[in-house]
Amino acid sequence: MSNGEKQGITLVPGPRHTARARPAANTTMLFGSSRDDQVRAQRFREAALPYLDDVYTVARYLLRDPADAEDAVQECYLRALKHFDSYRGPAMKPWLLAILRNVCHAEFARRAKSNTTAMDDLPESAETTEPLWQESQDTPETEMLQKRDAGTIQRMIAALAEPFRETFVLREIQNLSYREIAETVGAPVGTVMSRLARARAMLRSAWLAEEEQPR
Amino acid sequence: MTCDEADILLHALIDGELDAGHAREVETHIATCPRCAAALKAYREMNAAIAAADVRFTAPAHLRQRIEAALPQSRGTSRRSILAGFAMGSAVSAIAATGIVAIVLRSDDEQRIASEVVSAHLRSLQAGHLTDVLSTDQHTVKPWFNGRLDVSPPVIDLTALGFTLIGGRLDYIDGRAIGAVVYKRRAHVINLFVAQTPNATHSAARTEDVQGFNIRRWRDHGLSFWAVSDLSADELAEFSDKFESAMRTNGTG
Repeated sequence: MSNGEKQGITLVPGPRHTARARPAANTTMLFGSSRDDQVRAQRFREAALPYLDDVYTVARYLLRDPADAEDAVQECYLRALKHFDSYRGPAMKPWLLAILRNVCHAEFARRAKSNTTAMDDLPESAETTEPLWQESQDTPETEMLQKRDAGTIQRMIAALAEPFRETFVLREIQNLSYREIAETVGAPVGTVMSRLARARAMLRSAWLAEEEQPR
Repeated sequence: MTCDEADILLHALIDGELDAGHAREVETHIATCPRCAAALKAYREMNAAIAAADVRFTAPAHLRQRIEAALPQSRGTSRRSILAGFAMGSAVSAIAATGIVAIVLRSDDEQRIASEVVSAHLRSLQAGHLTDVLSTDQHTVKPWFNGRLDVSPPVIDLTALGFTLIGGRLDYIDGRAIGAVVYKRRAHVINLFVAQTPNATHSAARTEDVQGFNIRRWRDHGLSFWAVSDLSADELAEFSDKFESAMRTNGTG
């Protein structure tokens, strides 16, 4: 699933305007407008566009910025179209999300280099990263999880550290199987399982903490 | 099962990713462990709350338009003429296409099996169910398979060559029972899956990386072999070389 990364155009870390100009250049190139191109584009449209909201949702959680998410999604679709001929399945959604992930990681690299963004936007990639919340060691047997509104839950998920957030979003919001997640993020299934366990444990602690100290 | 194991596996239970046997094991543990039972309940409630709240985002309309605009447009071309062009193209390439489809299907199939082999390897590591018969003696392991499988896998002791035989197990790949012979190199487990194949020709071993594990597979004497491990590709190749040459010399299987 590293097609997008290996053959795709790379979003070179650099000044923001360079990265934004890239899709436009691509557009001209793709306007071959031969009949083949049109047929291909039509097939691509039918296969890939139904997942636009899914791809956008993951981009929002990964990048935590609406404008960056839009750029990443557009870049993702352009790369996907470019590699559509070599697409062999099995499922369109994980394939698109794997491409999106590569785009987002290029964006992380750009942020890390340009230093213009706040520190907490950087991916905390190390598996050993301290959780934002201390996972409770002994939890009361009768804990009750209160209902939270969508905005609060979104904020709590977005606050999870990488790579736990990514795995959590792919599983919980995108309903990918463990195997699909493993392929999408390029990690063994066992790693996916332990990341998911960590992610849920952190979210559970955050959820309970919200209850004790309502804002 | 310990709480540490259950901590990971109860998520697989929630997500419906466990096979029946392991699901039962987790459930058995949870029935006797209030702490893990509370965790399972809390995670289920949390999942339900997240599902009910709809935490997805909707792509803005202008993003959809931007992407649409970047795709090659079928301006002035009716759908009908696109189909006509497509039909002509497909008449020319019909024969070639059937060949390609066959290749694509086969490789999908192989991919799926490779993936199942890795899952079986992972399952064997996770639940402390590495071996059904635990023995370093090939004369104990081999007879154990008799009567459990259509074809008894060759069991070869490679301890002297650096790969310790630790036992055998029944596993399921591609919907059928097959034998797994288990070896260890230092702390690394090697699962050697053996299945009968209608294809009797010998095929040389090759290694591929699947989900971070190395799989080395070959075909010999009407048997397919898949060796899976987190060992390096070099060491796994050493394993298959030694196994194959031992199989040639002592004619087992």
